[in-house]
Amino acid sequence: MLIDQPSPKVFHRFIYMALSNEDEMTDVPPATPPLVALNDIHKTFGAVSALRGVSIDVQPGETFALLGDNAAGKSTLMKVLTGVYQPDQGSIELDGKTTEFPTPSASRDQGVEMVYQDFALADNLDVRSNIFLGREPQKNILGPLLRIIDRKKMELETKRVLERLDIPINPRLKVKRLSGGQRQAVAIGRALAFDARLIIMDEPTANLSVAKVDKLIEVTQRLKDLGIAVIIITHRLDEAFAVADRFAVMRQGQVVGRFRVGDVSEAQVAHLISHGTLDDYIDDGAGIPEKRRKIGSTSSMEVVDVMATPATTNGSHS
Amino acid sequence: MSLTMERVKTKLGPADLKEGMTATKVKRFIGDYGIIILFVVILVFLAAVAPNFLTLNNIVNVVRQSSIIGLIALGMTFIMITAGIDLSVGSIVGLAGMTFALLAPASGGAFWLPLVAGLAVGLLVGFLSAALVVWGAILPFLATLATMAIARTAVLVMTDGQVVSGLSGPAEWLGSGFIGPVPVPVIIFLIAAIICEFVLSRTKFGSHVYAVGGNEESAKKVGISTGRVLFTVYLIGGVTAALGGLVLTARLDGAAPVAGTGYELQVIAAVVIGGTSLFGGVGTIRGTVIGVLLLGVVMNGMNLMGVSSYFQQGVQGIILVLAVLLNRWKSD
Repeated sequence: MLIDQPSPKVFHRFIYMALSNEDEMTDVPPATPPLVALNDIHKTFGAVSALRGVSIDVQPGETFALLGDNAAGKSTLMKVLTGVYQPDQGSIELDGKTTEFPTPSASRDQGVEMVYQDFALADNLDVRSNIFLGREPQKNILGPLLRIIDRKKMELETKRVLERLDIPINPRLKVKRLSGGQRQAVAIGRALAFDARLIIMDEPTANLSVAKVDKLIEVTQRLKDLGIAVIIITHRLDEAFAVADRFAVMRQGQVVGRFRVGDVSEAQVAHLISHGTLDDYIDDGAGIPEKRRKIGSTSSMEVVDVMATPATTNGSHS
Repeated sequence: MSLTMERVKTKLGPADLKEGMTATKVKRFIGDYGIIILFVVILVFLAAVAPNFLTLNNIVNVVRQSSIIGLIALGMTFIMITAGIDLSVGSIVGLAGMTFALLAPASGGAFWLPLVAGLAVGLLVGFLSAALVVWGAILPFLATLATMAIARTAVLVMTDGQVVSGLSGPAEWLGSGFIGPVPVPVIIFLIAAIICEFVLSRTKFGSHVYAVGGNEESAKKVGISTGRVLFTVYLIGGVTAALGGLVLTARLDGAAPVAGTGYELQVIAAVVIGGTSLFGGVGTIRGTVIGVLLLGVVMNGMNLMGVSSYFQQGVQGIILVLAVLLNRWKSD
């Protein structure tokens, strides 16, 4: 049994230790500092505490999933990381050094990019204009006072970025003519064009057909190969298990568990998301997947009803 | 079942695909050049049926008359690309023109003073509209309806409803002068159009105008200061409307407090005919120039043909409907 009324930190540690093999702990601070670390972040909106002492860290080249139900605080946390919100308390570290992101631009300037759920594209503009939207390269004509957009550079860079993702799209094509997967590629390409070190993807499969989801996994792997860290915000367990190396589970503004994929079952995570504890978890016998599952092969968390599962075995965490 | 399969197969046959591609190309061509084709057809028609239409005097006259609406339409194009609208432009024409007319005779040799004052008045009304839209979060239609009334009231109060006439020499030259064979208003319009085209199509600001009109939320997310963009377009709209007012006053050698009444509708019609979408994100200065000239030519042609003025507005309406349908068809 868990101790009564544990402090959040003790509670998190307890859950982590119970579900992880200490020899394979992934949360042990590595010799090199994490790419990004959010430490004890608090954020309130009026009487609502959206974040209550949240801490996560992401290693260079790692794919990290942030799981949780609606209103768990995932998006708020990422808005703190991208400079949209300022934390009331806590700190942000980049390469081991404390930093601040007072504006979204400051965050982007330091290599933190966001791929929004709706991709944040302007349908009326072409691919190259969308990739460089807000940061268009310029060149001087008649001296530095008169500057125009360098469309040639935009086109070349767009081609280069999309080639890196292995998704060739005509840079002059209007975005309204693209498929969902291509639109996502443009949104990711926008991040890549500016030497992103960390890309945050908000519900990346929400606007994709099932057929395009596999492509997303490929793209995520490609980003990993390029040494770019990725944080995926999702409430889909299958998505997290398919692409992530590690993940954290959030509930009601707190992190209630941090795991490495392979150390925990989807049912356990689903239970943690819905209950905030594994104290009353009952094993459904599915066990921990030996390897990553393909998206769609298991239920997403909304349909997992662990309480309805026959109680044939003891809880793994009692 | 086999019948259905056969039908599907027939639908997706290579011949049909080729036909589909050709149809797309035709559609794109008509979408891109439809308004120019319509313009040329009208020109040819009027050249054939309207007496004196193709004379140099008449052509110069048409372009000179169109240049006032054209100047106002340039700023309106920026505003409408952001999915906004400015109903105050007609009142700005009246207020800026009156300011110019009141100051011109008293300014002596300082020709620039009434000009700057007139433009400043336009800028001020544009600022008020922008403040209501951006800071007040009031719909552009309502915000500029209010500034339209405020600006018109200002000009009426300023003159007690009286007409002011008699400008000094240089001021008059602005409306009636020539540089070579080209009237000064036309030169002003052309220069303004080239500057606006450059800003809209080549600069970062121009790109942001399209982005705000296409998807304001996305523009915000990528760090574009959408408020600043919107603010700027209403200021541009105010200045170009004021410039139109100055030219009108100079051309008429005087100003009436009701000058510019109803111009907003003509200007919006010309901009829409030129291909700018009322929903934002789409439009060009080139298109607006063609839209302005097309309306000017049609009105002139009907005058030459002796068509009753009762019918003229109706014809204008029909052209507007055709242009809207063409734009919608193009975007489908």
